[in-house]
Amino acid sequence: MIDVLWLVIALPLVGSTINLFFGKRIGQPLAGWVAFGFVALAWLVALPATFSLIDGSIPVETSYLFTWIPVVGADVALLWDPLSALMTMIVTGIGSLIHLYSIGYMRGDERYPRFFSFMNLFIASMMILVLSANYAMMFIGWELVGLSSYLLISFWFTKPAAAAAGKKAFIVNRIGDWGFLVALMIIFASFGTFDFQTIFASAPVVITVGTATAITLLLFVGAAGKSAQIPLYVWLPDAMEGPTPVSALIHAATMVTAGVFMIARSAVLFEMAPTTGAIVAVVGTLTALVAALIAVSQTDIKKVLAYSTISQLGYMVLAMGVGAYTAGIFHLTTHAFFKALLFLGAGSVIHAMAGDQDMRTMGGLRKKMPITFITMGAGWLALSGVFPFSGFWSKDEILAATFAKGGWYIGLWVIGLLVALLTAFYMTRLFVMTFLGKPRWEDGVHPHESPATMTIPLIILGLFTVSFGLVNTPALVAFEHFLEGSFQYVHHVQGLSMGAIIGLATIALIVAIAGIVWGWLKYHRSELPAEDGKFWRRSRDAFGVDEFYGRTIVEPGKKASEWAADVFDVKVLDGIAHGIGSGTRGFGDVLARLQTGQVRAYAGGVAIAGVLLIIVFLAVGGGF
Amino acid sequence: MTVTVSWFLVLAAGLFSIGVAGVLIRRNALVMFMSIELMLNAVNLTFVAVSKELGLIEGQVAALFVMVVAAAEVTIGLAIIVSVFRDRSSANVDELAELKG
Repeated sequence: MIDVLWLVIALPLVGSTINLFFGKRIGQPLAGWVAFGFVALAWLVALPATFSLIDGSIPVETSYLFTWIPVVGADVALLWDPLSALMTMIVTGIGSLIHLYSIGYMRGDERYPRFFSFMNLFIASMMILVLSANYAMMFIGWELVGLSSYLLISFWFTKPAAAAAGKKAFIVNRIGDWGFLVALMIIFASFGTFDFQTIFASAPVVITVGTATAITLLLFVGAAGKSAQIPLYVWLPDAMEGPTPVSALIHAATMVTAGVFMIARSAVLFEMAPTTGAIVAVVGTLTALVAALIAVSQTDIKKVLAYSTISQLGYMVLAMGVGAYTAGIFHLTTHAFFKALLFLGAGSVIHAMAGDQDMRTMGGLRKKMPITFITMGAGWLALSGVFPFSGFWSKDEILAATFAKGGWYIGLWVIGLLVALLTAFYMTRLFVMTFLGKPRWEDGVHPHESPATMTIPLIILGLFTVSFGLVNTPALVAFEHFLEGSFQYVHHVQGLSMGAIIGLATIALIVAIAGIVWGWLKYHRSELPAEDGKFWRRSRDAFGVDEFYGRTIVEPGKKASEWAADVFDVKVLDGIAHGIGSGTRGFGDVLARLQTGQVRAYAGGVAIAGVLLIIVFLAVGGGF
Repeated sequence: MTVTVSWFLVLAAGLFSIGVAGVLIRRNALVMFMSIELMLNAVNLTFVAVSKELGLIEGQVAALFVMVVAAAEVTIGLAIIVSVFRDRSSANVDELAELKG
């Protein structure tokens, strides 16, 4: 059954190639259907293998394809374990829904086939990343998703902002990739292989805690780049310049979770390094807090969701830091559903508002777009963490795991609760400003519900958003049980009693509802409240982090480049080249004087040389 | 008074020196050419004399080679000189300095 897994990578790749070369001839909207078909087919291929894994009829297994670099233990092999199965289902499942949505959303774009080609390329890259059975192949997938992300963010490259955002995402991710790459070098130096199974089985014996700390810290630098954590999160809000389905698929549901996935995959190494765990937890919590504080004041509907994504990724990273891997992956899964839903809903709204993304000119869309309204309502409640929507279960589990760690982690738990409050608040703000109240539309805008290709994915995702949390409740831990196969080397701690779990969940629920009530009271009025004051202004500029990076990193970097180009290159490098050139020429000029063109002078030279030679020969031979 | 091999060598050295002087001093290409012939034949004389003295045939073989090379050289050299002369009505080598660096 897992012998056909390679098709999960190959099918989207085929779709990508077809659309790249023949897309124009296939035309709209058929090109989109082709792309959707290949991703859906990939999902279908992986489906039976996933079910077999769930009911335990096949073991965790590696599907070996071919030898790539034997000396570093890097074969092209696919690891089929619960973690990769889950990621495969998320990426191909949500991916195909978003492809379906894009068929309608991208209609009329002149580079329609190109868009679908890139989308398919992304799915294939992501599958390489999650299915790889060693770090080397994972890194290839890692870089490929970076590339597809870049291509898709700057898809509308004629817009300078989109082109700049693509570049920014790529460059910031390079910083993370550097960490990942160095980590891989240390891993190879320590283990002599890249193979997951070998590394995880032998890690506690082969490496010391110090080495594990170095490796995991560097891996975390990579994860922070891909999963948009402090200090590398700045690329994600800008990535919203891409088409909305891209934001939904790549920058909310799948690619940004690659960092979390990578940490979960390397759980054995992270378990060995408690110092890294603490750093990861703190960075995750701070990211969640800062992003939530920025999200509350954004007026662009996609920017709110982007910062909310960063904030939720912070939760997942926090979960990784406290060793609650299943909880983190569970939140990753539920977040994939509801954040994809929210982005697609936002796309539907933007579509209806003829491209306007400013929530201040929305309002009252409830009647005009009932399906979008209801499905986004589900997303709103799920992200806010209201019982029994999926977000409640997963977020609560992370907070409970943090609390269970005790000690100073209680502080992180408190911050986590504060973030939950802010989350409920800004989501309510978004929902009320968009759908409720009086219409504030600009003249000439006539909102309408989106076509079926766009609403069907919303409905499906809405159903999952409502129900998926139930697969892992304190009473029924099916999800956690399923994932155990991937964390067999990880030591599990479960320190909370049922009463404590319910108590913590109640606190989280009260906080979430408080946030919703707060947001409702503030925004559900005839007039929008003025968002004045120091905090609101600072928050709207995202606390000036971009400007700070601009001043401290980008500007000095530009200065250094200018110096290298205008001074070092011109003076030093060109100087060396020109110096060699003119030196040779000058020496040649000196020698050229010997060449008088007078044949008798040459003959004289030959004669004198001949006489001198004879003298030398005689002297050496002892003739004198 | 017997004529020993030294006589021949001294004569050859004299002829060779005259040849060298001719090449270095005279400006006319044709005369320089003749001086070169003189040098070649001085060497030939050395070859043959020493060959006779030591009873070795190689010297005479070398002399024959030199004659062949000299004949070939004369052909080409004269052709060059003639065409130079046609070109500029002079065979003065001092005026032929086109290859000055």
